Amino acid sequence: MTTARAHRDPLPGFGLSLGVTLAWLSLIVLVPLSALALRPWELGVSGVIRALSDARVLAALRLSFGSALLSALANLPLGLLVAWVLVRMRFPGRRLLDAMVDLPFALPTAVAGLALTALFAPNGWLGAPLKEIGVAVAYTPFGVFVAMMFVGLPFAVRTVEPVLRDLGTEAEEAAATLGAGRAQALVRVVLPALAPALLTGFGLAFARAVGEYGSVIFIAGNRPMVSEIAPLLIVQRLEAFDYAGAAAIGLAMLAVSFLALLLLGLVQAWLRPGRRG
Amino acid sequence: MTPGPAARDPAPLRWGVAILAFLLLTVFLALPLAAVFTEALRRGWGTVLDAYADPDAMAAIRLTLLVAAISVPVNTIGGIAAAWCVAKYDFPGKRLLTALIELPFSVSPVISGMVFVLLFGAQGWFGPWLQSRDIQIVFALPGLVLATVFVTFPFVARTLIPLMQEQGRAEEEAAATLGAGGWQTFRLVTLPNIKWALLSGVLLCNARAMGEFGAVSVVSGHIRGETNTMPLHIEILYNEYQFAAAFAVAALLALLALVTLVAKTVLERLSGRREMVH
Amino acid sequence: MSGTGVEIRDVARRFGPGAAALDGVSLSVRPGEFVALLGPSGSGKTTLLRILGGLDHADAGSVAIGGRDMAGVPARERGIGFVFQSYALFRHMDVFSNVAFGLRVRRRNRPPAAEIAERVRRLLSLVQIPEMERRYPDQLSGGQRQRVALARALAIEPSLLLLDEPFGALDAQVRKDLRLWLRGLQEEVGITTILVTHDQDEAMEVADRVAVMRAGRIAQFGTPDALLENPADAFVAGFLGEANRLLCTVRAGVAHFEGDALPPLPVQAPEGRALAFIRPHELLARAAPDGPFTLRALRPAGPGTRLVVTGPRGSFDAVAAPDAPLPRRGEPCALEAQAARIFPA
Repeated sequence: MTTARAHRDPLPGFGLSLGVTLAWLSLIVLVPLSALALRPWELGVSGVIRALSDARVLAALRLSFGSALLSALANLPLGLLVAWVLVRMRFPGRRLLDAMVDLPFALPTAVAGLALTALFAPNGWLGAPLKEIGVAVAYTPFGVFVAMMFVGLPFAVRTVEPVLRDLGTEAEEAAATLGAGRAQALVRVVLPALAPALLTGFGLAFARAVGEYGSVIFIAGNRPMVSEIAPLLIVQRLEAFDYAGAAAIGLAMLAVSFLALLLLGLVQAWLRPGRRG
Repeated sequence: MTPGPAARDPAPLRWGVAILAFLLLTVFLALPLAAVFTEALRRGWGTVLDAYADPDAMAAIRLTLLVAAISVPVNTIGGIAAAWCVAKYDFPGKRLLTALIELPFSVSPVISGMVFVLLFGAQGWFGPWLQSRDIQIVFALPGLVLATVFVTFPFVARTLIPLMQEQGRAEEEAAATLGAGGWQTFRLVTLPNIKWALLSGVLLCNARAMGEFGAVSVVSGHIRGETNTMPLHIEILYNEYQFAAAFAVAALLALLALVTLVAKTVLERLSGRREMVH
Repeated sequence: MSGTGVEIRDVARRFGPGAAALDGVSLSVRPGEFVALLGPSGSGKTTLLRILGGLDHADAGSVAIGGRDMAGVPARERGIGFVFQSYALFRHMDVFSNVAFGLRVRRRNRPPAAEIAERVRRLLSLVQIPEMERRYPDQLSGGQRQRVALARALAIEPSLLLLDEPFGALDAQVRKDLRLWLRGLQEEVGITTILVTHDQDEAMEVADRVAVMRAGRIAQFGTPDALLENPADAFVAGFLGEANRLLCTVRAGVAHFEGDALPPLPVQAPEGRALAFIRPHELLARAAPDGPFTLRALRPAGPGTRLVVTGPRGSFDAVAAPDAPLPRRGEPCALEAQAARIFPA
């Protein structure tokens, strides 16, 4: 089939480009990931369960997934707000704001971690005043949440923004001509139209936050059972040459993430009946 | 877009919202960046330059450049190939292929590094075989490159695919009817149409390659002067309480991020208004 | 440039498991002829054109151009001029470079730069936009882009010119001007030309012969006059020209219309249920106090006046009978058919 296509298609290069792509994909991504899928079972099923039911592992998984969930949720209103301002308003400095949104994408995670730690440390610009009112961010689970919000924010903004732009103001205006109040127009017309994009943004921010390492470990303090994230445990297991144990945690993280994203996809499909994805 | 009266909120509300967004972003995004530069310069320029002149720092900078110089071209070629077959042809399994190309984005950096340890580490599948032939992959340059390629895998492909899909294949077909060969078509027709997006993808890929921390941290082994990249060097300095030096190296990477952002913004404007270029 | 003949034999093409895009098409185009492939969307006309151009392949059948079998010959070696529906101009090249492209990419016999420049300028004046050389496609109007696309296709001195809905994206007036101009140009250059269109006026106006396509087959191939006078089947009759459709029954050489709406009409058609196609000018309306129809609207149309009448079987386009006064709006009237094309229902 493939060779016949390549012969007949007026545009050459299908075989070559697909070949390069598949080779690149297999060597770099698929074969290595298959190692992740297979290694844990060296421990046997009961061994995997034991590795995962360790109290410290459970605490770390709970922290990683819990903070990721909360940070992605917190990013939704913030992302919507920023996207709204970027799309609907014209003011000096808008381009700067626009470029600033991508900063967490571009900033190396280690730098972000260091920066957030400096900012929220008890003697930092924000840490000091927060300490006055009795809030500790650095070296606590709250710090984990803050770092995860930092890395997730661009996902929330950048998925909502184009949809909001395409939406235009006509639907709101139509709602207004039909007698809807401003709040009604926003809640019943705009928000439902943005819902799928908000969910996508939530999913992306969540997936990024769950696996986040660099920006979290500086600010987290990494106290076992309290502020230790799952990726850090993987690193520690690997350093102790417990490959199977590390792979078990990694596989569990991936499995839960994919299940969460799958669930999200189902919710999205349910949100837009009659439309093809 | 300036909304008409029916979709416009009262001015105080609108400005309140804008100022709130600005404040939040400044506190949340700009302030950390400012903190890096302030901390780096706290003890003056001398300390900053000393931090760069340190042999271990120099080695880290060199290694970072080397890893990026290998990973970025590999992913550029792979990304172009992937974008070409996904955007210009229909074939069974195309959606699956597109999803697989994006896969590394949803994998934790630590896991991205770990998979290569599982393959090539001392107790990895190929570990003993490699050891008996004295080939180092993990805790050496090849491991760093593999982990970096994995992490930056989707950048170029994902920038190009939507653009090339939107451009369709009519121009390439026209070139074929006019007698152009495959490479001629790619060089004279396709490449000029995607050049800004390609450059933008390459820049993002490079920024991530130089800044990657989690994945390389796992495969590096943290051997000072040998397998430490700049982000790893930052961590070591920080853990050794050499804060000024840590922030000095961090400032260098933050600068790279800023330059990348500016370049990306410029490129987006260029590609958005192609007609203005001539 | 001179034309070559095209022989298409039993060409079939199928995309996926559904109905065939082309289901055994045969067509013979004479050297220098201008042929239009006319049909509704999905009738397979563009697929056929793309197969001729080497942009798609036939699952079965053969295509010969100038006597040479085209099987396995890639598009780039065919030397066929192809004008795309959206023009597919190279957006990053100016008009000059677009037109010169086919000459510049030649590996053998590439003309020297001066000769390329001269040829491009000659073509641009042939398509009447000599001053546009340095413009980019997005600085041109639709009609200008069309001319550039044509000049680019002609630059490689093709033996065959293929046009895929070349006027589809243009306004009505530009369209009319351009197609007359295209016809003149084709006669001047003498190149065999095949044009795909869904617009019957366009096909009838420019083409020597028109192939009407339907569901992957050629329903009829002939000169515009022949198609109008002797449509091969109900589809062709319905697709070409405006016509009122009416069910009837043919008995002993006389068509009896459904519900006796119209007086019986002598016809030459097989016995049985049939569908009659009656053109507006063949349908006469006259005021009649007990007529089954009502005049709904009068539309001045050049020399005569077109009448829209409605009755129990729907709405009809007719003209006023010459020997009777013009009925007034809202008045009852009767219809009479003077001629009809009858096809078994």
